[in-house]
Amino acid sequence: MTDHFPTKSAKLPALALLVALASAGTAQAQSAVDEGRKLAFDRSKGNCLTCHVIKGGNLPGTIGPELVDIKSKYPKREDLVAILNDETLRNPLTVMPPFGRNRILTEKEIDAVVDFLQTL
Amino acid sequence: MKLRSAIFLASATIALAALTLAGAPLLAADDKIDPVADAKAFQKFFRDKFPKVKFEDFVNGPYSMNEDLYRQWQEKEQFPPYEFSLEMGKEMFSKPFKNGKTYADCFPNGGIGIRQNYPYFDEKEGKVITLELALNRCREANGEPPYSYVKDEMAALTAYMAFTSRGKPMDIKIPNDPRALAAYENGKEYFYTRRGQLNFSCATCHVQSPGERIRAEVLAPALGIVNAMPIYRSEWSGMGTTSRRFTTCNSQIRAVPLSPQDDEYRNVEYYLSYVSNGLPISGPGARP
Ligand code: HEC
Ligand code: HEC
Repeated sequence: MTDHFPTKSAKLPALALLVALASAGTAQAQSAVDEGRKLAFDRSKGNCLTCHVIKGGNLPGTIGPELVDIKSKYPKREDLVAILNDETLRNPLTVMPPFGRNRILTEKEIDAVVDFLQTL
Repeated sequence: MKLRSAIFLASATIALAALTLAGAPLLAADDKIDPVADAKAFQKFFRDKFPKVKFEDFVNGPYSMNEDLYRQWQEKEQFPPYEFSLEMGKEMFSKPFKNGKTYADCFPNGGIGIRQNYPYFDEKEGKVITLELALNRCREANGEPPYSYVKDEMAALTAYMAFTSRGKPMDIKIPNDPRALAAYENGKEYFYTRRGQLNFSCATCHVQSPGERIRAEVLAPALGIVNAMPIYRSEWSGMGTTSRRFTTCNSQIRAVPLSPQDDEYRNVEYYLSYVSNGLPISGPGARP
């Protein structure tokens, strides 16, 4: 009984912390998605629009397929990471640059782009 | 640009294997060098890929690939943007050097109607001689300083020489000299080798993807790709030579471009011109 209050009072901040953490989590995820979009559209970075139609991007090229429904097509994030790292492993003929292998994007940047792709 | 410092040369073997896989038998399977068979297969590849494009239209680059662009181009041709450069080239061509000689003295037929024979393989020197190189050598032999290879005067001179050769079929010869065959083969290998941080070969864009848009630009087919040089490009707001185009394409893939008229570029031009034999000279050209 005596320890009831402390427990209860301890629970409140814990809950508050949880809520705070959760919203920080979505904020973080959202900023990763934004970062990923920025990297994907930036001409000196992903420049994915050179070849792909992507929702929200201007002047897309036509060399690659439109990037839509990515999450249902590639439910596993590793698959997207692999495509970005080096698509020539899956398709030696591909014109898609090996973003990871040739260090056009860092591992962290690829992660952010994949976050963005999963929203398409 | 710091990214430039990273260059990754993909092995030529991948590129070569890639083309065979792509169903484009542009390269003989064995290592026998056979330019005649190459040219035949190369031209067939583009005719089959674009059955609606008239053979002689391939020289119009991006315009041959897209009907809307083609219409815009025909309208533009009524006031061609290369006119100024062409006039300048004509004037320069007839104006004597300080020693009284002219460009005409350096070339067969006074330099008129001969664009289709360049580049040629010089058996004395054992190397490929392009028109741009021959023009600067002509200047130097007459005590004049060479011009920049990429634009302005060089573009004007080559524009005039192309203009006097319009409609003549490209006619590149490979003499019976092992060094000529080697130069051809080296140019071909350069063309199909992936390079640069973006891992492209010339063929990635101009054989695998002609007609596709890379951002807003429609990619030209490799067949007849040098027949319209030099070109006026709105994007450059000016003229550019073959040298300018080759170095620009290399920069776009974040590869370090070679110097203009480097042996390898000369060999690439030799290869590309040879496999475009029969297609008319159409330079100077205008491009979006
Ligand atoms: C120069 C062209 C080019 C660029 C630049 C490019 N891609 Fe691609 N991409 C392709 C092509 C072509 C394919 C088709 C698959 C293949 O060739 O193997 C492809 C396939 C994909 C796929 C699989 C799509 C599907 O429906 O199966 C994804 C995902 C993808 N690219 C993402 C990206 C992202 C993200 C970027 C930028 C960071 C990018 N690509 C940049 C050409 C390109
Ligand atoms: C990343 C794609 C890409 C690569 C790789 C590339 N180019 Fe290009 N090239 C272009 C674009 C874009 C243009 C301008 C639009 C057009 O005319 O195709 C162009 C134009 C040209 C033209 C002028 C065509 C015309 O009719 O105006 C020539 C010649 C040319 N390229 C040669 C080369 C050579 C040689 C290489 C290899 C050293 C090469 N290109 C590699 C993208 C590329």
